[in-house]
Amino acid sequence: MSLISQLPVLPVLLPLVSAPLCVLLPKGRMPWVFATAISWLTAISAVALLFHVAEVGSVTYNMGGWAGPLGIVYRIDIVGAIVMALVALMAAAVFPYAKESVAFEVGTEQSPAFYSLFLVCFAGLIGVVATGDAFNVFVFLEISSLSTYALVALGAKQDRRALTAAFTYLVLGTIGATFFVIGLGLLYQATGTLNMTDLHERLTGQDNRVVRAGFAFIVTGLGLKLAMFPLHKWLPDAYTFAPSAVTAFLAATATKVAVYAMLRFLFTVFGFTFAFMDVALTLFILLGLTGMFAASLIAVFRDDVKQMLAFSSVAQVGYMLLGISFGTPEGVAAAVMHVFNHALMKAALFMAVGAVFYVTLSHHLSAYKGLGKRMPFTAACFIIAGLSLIGVPFTAGFISKYLLIQAAFEATLPVSSLFIVMLIVASSLLAVAYIGRVAYEMFLSDPPEGVNQVEMPWTMMVPMGVMTAANIYFGMDAETLTSLARQGADLLSMGGAK
Amino acid sequence: MVEFILARYNYWIVIILMMMGLYIVFSRGNLVKTIIGLNIFQTSVFIFYITIGKVAGGTAPILIKTYGDKDKEHGGDHHGDHHSDDHGASHGEVVSEEGHNAHTEPLSAEDAAAFVSGDAANALPLNEPGASTPDGESQAADSLHTLPDATPSNALTAPDLVNGPIAPRVEEVTVPDIALSLGGEEQGSTGASHSNVAHGDAAHADGGYGAEAAADILYSNPLPHVLILTAIVVGVATTAVGLSIAVRIREAYGTVEEDALEQLDNAAEFGAAPGEVPSR
Repeated sequence: MSLISQLPVLPVLLPLVSAPLCVLLPKGRMPWVFATAISWLTAISAVALLFHVAEVGSVTYNMGGWAGPLGIVYRIDIVGAIVMALVALMAAAVFPYAKESVAFEVGTEQSPAFYSLFLVCFAGLIGVVATGDAFNVFVFLEISSLSTYALVALGAKQDRRALTAAFTYLVLGTIGATFFVIGLGLLYQATGTLNMTDLHERLTGQDNRVVRAGFAFIVTGLGLKLAMFPLHKWLPDAYTFAPSAVTAFLAATATKVAVYAMLRFLFTVFGFTFAFMDVALTLFILLGLTGMFAASLIAVFRDDVKQMLAFSSVAQVGYMLLGISFGTPEGVAAAVMHVFNHALMKAALFMAVGAVFYVTLSHHLSAYKGLGKRMPFTAACFIIAGLSLIGVPFTAGFISKYLLIQAAFEATLPVSSLFIVMLIVASSLLAVAYIGRVAYEMFLSDPPEGVNQVEMPWTMMVPMGVMTAANIYFGMDAETLTSLARQGADLLSMGGAK
Repeated sequence: MVEFILARYNYWIVIILMMMGLYIVFSRGNLVKTIIGLNIFQTSVFIFYITIGKVAGGTAPILIKTYGDKDKEHGGDHHGDHHSDDHGASHGEVVSEEGHNAHTEPLSAEDAAAFVSGDAANALPLNEPGASTPDGESQAADSLHTLPDATPSNALTAPDLVNGPIAPRVEEVTVPDIALSLGGEEQGSTGASHSNVAHGDAAHADGGYGAEAAADILYSNPLPHVLILTAIVVGVATTAVGLSIAVRIREAYGTVEEDALEQLDNAAEFGAAPGEVPSR
């Protein structure tokens, strides 16, 4: 019972168990201190787990000592460990940031409830990644989603539209989750198991209508959760009206975790050999490309910067789907890298937006006038993360787009690879357009009369700076992570079996 | 064709409820009605899972004390999507008479082991004649494609036959050596196209203790019940969160009609959107 053998379960248990404790804390600063400490502990254990997994390969943990396929098994492979470490690190960065931002936007009255909701959401997201049981994925997805609905609704203090956004999110999220459960039921009917590895073994070679229907339900359900293009309606509003800290966390993690769940189901459970897979992957190419363009085009014409970035998130999910749709280990590795890098840039961008709101009380583009002079640090962070979003060399975004383009050339696709690569580049140009609009206001417009440079609380500056630095660091030195992602993708596409 | 449809009536209920629920969610403008639609939609899934877990003739998966030391439930998932509606006439009486104590009817060791090992079709005629029930014929007729060899015409002549329906009535606690098993037969009669798959998997998962569970009672598959309990909890939580958001919307906007909400939002779009609390 050494600590290392309990490591796979630790990142899930820590936030989950401490969430109810957090409610009991007195109002004010205490819940924040507690939640931040927990998020750091979780991050440490998740990173330790990543190193452990990178060293010894996939780790399996039997919940309560019941071995699979009967018991619930936690199974963490390399991709899972990367995503888990990503979620935990994002939480570790966002929690400190939340202090001032949340006190400002939500108030300290509800701080125990707020931080315990935040912890529950965090635990749910980590749980989705950790578990190797298909039904458990649903449970953790709902744990995180339910708390997310409430978190989004807390934005109502600033703008009452947060409530309607949360309601829409709740309805669509529940429909997605229910679709997912229907799919699981059909799979269970066909195989009699819920353990993912076991499911894969029994699904191999099976191709009947029950399995196909199950596949379709699961892909649609998860598609709703990850805001796949035509199912993305909930995302822009929810991200726009949620409190800034919540948006920064969700944008960096929630859809990413859903993408990982999708990867896991597509490749670990169904596997490349599944006859229906081609249809799905072709659909993903189409939806991914449409999403990239449609959402980016909408983003260009938004005057609300937060909303603009939210639409850009939908577009970025398109890149991930595109990577998945190639159906090659290279493509999956590119998708995983983009998951990681997009989390870094969106966290930094939304933190910057939150910082601007803290000072100017507005998300509107006009509030960004002359920000380069008023808030030089925030403006610099925004611009660097924005460049990363566009995919400029020496930023993280460049690495994943490079990998994606490389994968597109290597894959055999229904359409010409060159055509797809051109579309990837073209949609990146759209990112130039919308980031450029903000950059123009920030650096080329004069600040309104009579406003001076403003001081920001350091708890907001430091996480934002760290995220921005990470964008540059992973743009320079992506070797380790890329090779890890590649290993993980190989493993995933071999069906996850050892 | 009609039989095919009627025999799967619970699936039709699931589909109809599901479509109703989804339609309500999409078409109703009232937020509370949307939540109700969502609930109906989720309920259809509950019924779907219960259908999956039902083993025809199986009792609720609650441990019965008499068999305390053999507490493993009958392994695997037998997809009993057929209830008494597709049982033969003779069997129908049996079920109605024995319904209340059906759980006291044990499986014969060989019989259950055979089912668990997925060999039901071939093993049936080899069992002692008493292992087949009077309804065997009608069952087999229903599912000829899954049990090609299971026409136990000899079973009807067996002397044990009489014991079958009567024995449980006579004895409160049946002993395992009463070989007759209604449940065992009915397992074979889960005539849906996927039942052969399911049986194969039961063998895969639980063949290990098939023999040990053999003398046990026939239970419905407990796993879907557990799953759906979890899903019900999630559903209740969703409803609670959804309704409380609706309450907050009502406080902030003064209405829960989607059209009115949209109108208010559009009106607000031109100015600064007012917060709930007047901004500082």
